[in-house]
Amino acid sequence: MAFFIAQILTGLANASALFMVAAGLSLIFGVTRIVNFAHGSFYMLGAYIGYSLMQILPGAVGFWGAILLAGVAVGLIGVIVEICVLRPVYRAPELFQLVATFGVILVIQDLTLMVWGPEDVLGPRAPGLRGVIRIMGEPVPKYDLALIAITPFVALALWYLIARTRMGVLVRAATQDREMVGALGVNQAWLFTGVFFLGTALAGLGGAIQLPKGGADLLMDFNILTAIFVVVVIGGMGSLPGAYLAAVLISVLNVFGVAYLPQSTLVLMFVVMVIVLMVRPYGLFGREEVAGEHGQIGEPERPIKPAGLTTRLVVLAGLAVLAFLPLFGSSFAQVLVTDILIFCLFAASLHFLLGMGGLVSFGHAAYFGGGAYAAALLVTYAGTPMELVLLLAPIAAGLAAVIIGWVCLRLTGVYFAMLTLAFAQLLWSLVFQWGEVTGGDDGMVDIWPSDWASDTTAFFYLTLLLSVGGILMLRHTAHSPFGYALRAARDSARQAEATGIDTKRIQWVAFAFAGAMAGLAGGLFVFSKGSVFPNELEIAKSFDALIVVFLGGVKTLAGGVVGGAALKGAEDYITRFEYWRLVLGITIILVVIMAPDGIVGSLRRAGERIGLIRDPEARS
Amino acid sequence: MLDLSGVNAFYGKAQVLNDLSFSVAAGQVTALLGRNGAGKTTTMKSIMQLVVAAQGQVQFAGQNLVGKPPHRVAKLGLGYVPEERRIFTDLTVLENLEVGRQPPRDGAVTWTQDMLFELFPNLAERRSNRGREMSGGEQQMLTIARTLMGNPRFLLLDEPSEGIAPVIVEQMVRVIKQLKTEGLTVLLSEQNLHFAQAVADTVVIIEGGTEKYAGTLTDLAQHPEIRDAYLAV
Repeated sequence: MAFFIAQILTGLANASALFMVAAGLSLIFGVTRIVNFAHGSFYMLGAYIGYSLMQILPGAVGFWGAILLAGVAVGLIGVIVEICVLRPVYRAPELFQLVATFGVILVIQDLTLMVWGPEDVLGPRAPGLRGVIRIMGEPVPKYDLALIAITPFVALALWYLIARTRMGVLVRAATQDREMVGALGVNQAWLFTGVFFLGTALAGLGGAIQLPKGGADLLMDFNILTAIFVVVVIGGMGSLPGAYLAAVLISVLNVFGVAYLPQSTLVLMFVVMVIVLMVRPYGLFGREEVAGEHGQIGEPERPIKPAGLTTRLVVLAGLAVLAFLPLFGSSFAQVLVTDILIFCLFAASLHFLLGMGGLVSFGHAAYFGGGAYAAALLVTYAGTPMELVLLLAPIAAGLAAVIIGWVCLRLTGVYFAMLTLAFAQLLWSLVFQWGEVTGGDDGMVDIWPSDWASDTTAFFYLTLLLSVGGILMLRHTAHSPFGYALRAARDSARQAEATGIDTKRIQWVAFAFAGAMAGLAGGLFVFSKGSVFPNELEIAKSFDALIVVFLGGVKTLAGGVVGGAALKGAEDYITRFEYWRLVLGITIILVVIMAPDGIVGSLRRAGERIGLIRDPEARS
Repeated sequence: MLDLSGVNAFYGKAQVLNDLSFSVAAGQVTALLGRNGAGKTTTMKSIMQLVVAAQGQVQFAGQNLVGKPPHRVAKLGLGYVPEERRIFTDLTVLENLEVGRQPPRDGAVTWTQDMLFELFPNLAERRSNRGREMSGGEQQMLTIARTLMGNPRFLLLDEPSEGIAPVIVEQMVRVIKQLKTEGLTVLLSEQNLHFAQAVADTVVIIEGGTEKYAGTLTDLAQHPEIRDAYLAV
């Protein structure tokens, strides 16, 4: 019993920071409709800034003052980010905003590394709250009790702000219809900035207040990100009580997980999330999201068309160059191009889902990594030959996509995206924690192609054949009647339904198909490297694909492929710099702001402007 | 007081307003008439700068509104009541009014909650109810009351009689007449003459995003062919 209570108290204490950070995310999403991926980065900044301030400011007043000041400082950094990065993209489609915040993550990562260095920082103890108190014989840290006592006040202050002040009324009104709030004379820009200040300040506060428990390190931004997404999704987007309840639920569960089922702690969180969403699709306190409700209707999609003669010739010429690469390219060039081709197939499969289906998946790595692990497991445990594995890996990934798609497609928009992310994380944590089978963090090694394909050039040709084949298949599908139905479901689900298209089924099939193609890429990847590690399933991998699709251009057919080739090619070069994340992050942000049509879209627009390409709609 | 000249507006590549020009005189109630799809709502939105792709001149209080953000337009004393009402359904009646509240303005009535509850007695009873719990007519009253909290000098009413019960339409007529005596200038859009005849001094008829007729109601009565050509009978 005593142990039980002590565990619950620890869980409640852990919920404190989690709640503050998640509440900030929820608040920002509610008003600006931006899923702030950089929220974990503000949390990390809060921890580091809090740490530095605690070194300067003495005593108990200094300690608590440092926490408050860290919150304010992070809030101000948030304001800078909001004004410089987000303001220009508020009217842009969701994906642009996501990619922009992802750029912010990279920038903050490297800036933090520059300022505080690579070593983990041990958080100072709170003055006067150093020891433990025995509760029924069990030791409970005094600081935990302080956190448990403080959190309700933070929650209450937030509630008061939202429920009782003019600012709160405006925030709630803007959550529902920000254009109307503007038409009534309220400057939304400053309302958004205010909300962003508050949201990021909460993240900073959360980061600083957990210092005595967890310290600060450079991985804490991504580490908390999934947890706060889970909390916000379980609690319901935009709901403060929901965030608190979910933070407590997850933290307490986590503590008990560590005590009783230490191998399953990571998985547990996602299982709970999936169960909650099966019962209450919009979270415990959330409301259904209606797309387009907030005046964010973008430009109508351009119709895509089969490639013209010129394009076909260019592609053919490109393929011919690739086919003859082994004649003039070094073996290093062949390996690099193999990497690029695999990545292009992966990106093209996501692009198919995103561009043709309008389904923004945050967890596409699940199928790439899933295919890779399926291949590795087949080879390691069943000695399956490569040829068969390359057939089975896409099937396995496709099956995973069938199951995951069945759950995720019950939701739309940001909830769909979050759920796909959660499943990818679920798969990742399974692989990561089920060490006996998957090798855990050590990965699986010694997975090599069949003899005939083990030569670099032979494998290069195999990859060329399968990747280009896969990409052509994706492209062909986009132009098939199935592709029409999928695009119809994207542009207007209701009208598509009315013409007799079963939109959910179409999307489900597309989800499985894209998953299978990602799985094929994953299978090829394993054989090209001879090994696979859990990071092929990570959020960062999913984000890579998202960024690539975005960089290439979402609304263009070639976007995924061009973006994939550009990023992989550039990555090889750029990662030689010490602060390459900073460079990449700034590049991404600049692209979002200045060339939102991506590489292909911008080239086409430039072509239209100087008259090289005729604007198909200009004739009328 | 309000002068539109050469206003064009687009949704994507579709042009909705085409070189639209007309004026509204201070202190008058002007009805903007036209069939469904004639461009009435777009005209209202173009005045408020809620349509991004609007070009031309919209002169109000000596300033060209084109290109200003909507909140600046509102701050100049233009009050906008949208056709779809767009009340904040999660907020209570009092909170909805709070969103609309702006500082007092020279040369305009400074509205208080109590004055508005006098104007719309139904709202007083429902002050703590959330927007979504109200009937269509009550929502329409709330939208007008919310806009009046901004102490406008000029009121844009987009199809105020649409989809509400006849008895509330009558109340709406009374309210608009009272607003006129308080010194407000009103531009309201309508599909047919009936409601306009009850409240308006002058009419502007548009069709295909272009002005077709402007004059007083009495003048229009002399030209039944115009009415037949451009208005739903």
